Amino acid sequence: MQEGLPLESRPFRVIAGRLDISEEALICKVREMISRGVIRRFGAVVRHQDLGYKANVMAVWKVSGDMVDKAGEIFSGFSEVSHCYLRETNDRWQYSLFAMIHGRTEEECRDIAESMSEASGIKEYQLLFSTSELKKESIEYFT
Amino acid sequence: MELDNLDKKLVTIIQSGFPVTPEPFRDLAQSLGTSEEDVLVRIKRLMENKIIRRLGGVFDSRKLGYTSTLCALNVPPGRIDHVAGVVNGYPGVTHNYLRDHHYNMWFTLMALDGEEIENILGEIKNRTGINNLISLPAVKVYKIRVNFNLTEGCHAGKAGKGDSTGIAGGFTPGKPAFPGNCREA
Repeated sequence: MQEGLPLESRPFRVIAGRLDISEEALICKVREMISRGVIRRFGAVVRHQDLGYKANVMAVWKVSGDMVDKAGEIFSGFSEVSHCYLRETNDRWQYSLFAMIHGRTEEECRDIAESMSEASGIKEYQLLFSTSELKKESIEYFT
Repeated sequence: MELDNLDKKLVTIIQSGFPVTPEPFRDLAQSLGTSEEDVLVRIKRLMENKIIRRLGGVFDSRKLGYTSTLCALNVPPGRIDHVAGVVNGYPGVTHNYLRDHHYNMWFTLMALDGEEIENILGEIKNRTGINNLISLPAVKVYKIRVNFNLTEGCHAGKAGKGDSTGIAGGFTPGKPAFPGNCREA
């Protein structure tokens, strides 16, 4: 299921054949994995750079403990934010909240970050633009 | 590659609303008002042009028992190629980016347990001679979705809950028709 669906009229029947189970059982199993969240999303993984969303930035925010859930919620409400995580901090790194912002241009990403700052009241943030994509692969599970 | 309106609708829908049914391409065709063959041809073309990277399941690595972290290194300019080579050589490293910062190399690392993560990071430090490596595992996830709605004209920041992708058709994306136990047929 991680390799990709065959582009045929009955793709699940093809895969079921390889697994030696019925098409119905496979479809049922996939739906179960989706409802359990084991499959986080079922569909097309899209390369967004080709769709006009050429710019993205990793925005990191210095947030105090009691503000963090509220800020995380506010950031998540922005459709331009694809990922928002709270991460561990240490003596070398104090920015705990991470948000990936996508836009058409670098300038647009900066504007969005500024809107996020205004909406949340979090003023201490840094924007880490990528200068080079060194690797981007899907992990192969259980190989 | 030029995408027409139908391509855009198709891409928007199949990011999360790909039907898990016996004839998914026919179902998609019906909701888009075109033929099954047209949908298959379009998807093939989108894949050939690398707009669709993959069509299948995106697994939740944590639910599969994997643990992960985001790491950053401060790499001196002349050593970037060498260090990238070392880091990228690990299959558990899925993303690696250079960024405009004092910590200039950022990579994600996945492994089956925390011990393996520590082992790999220790190896990376030894092999590169760089001790200034920070590991920032996630403590909480507020959002983890990447759906791009191509049919919306304006993408201005709306502070609302989640993102709606305006899905047409008679199926509900991601929601199974039979939740719960499956009978092995």
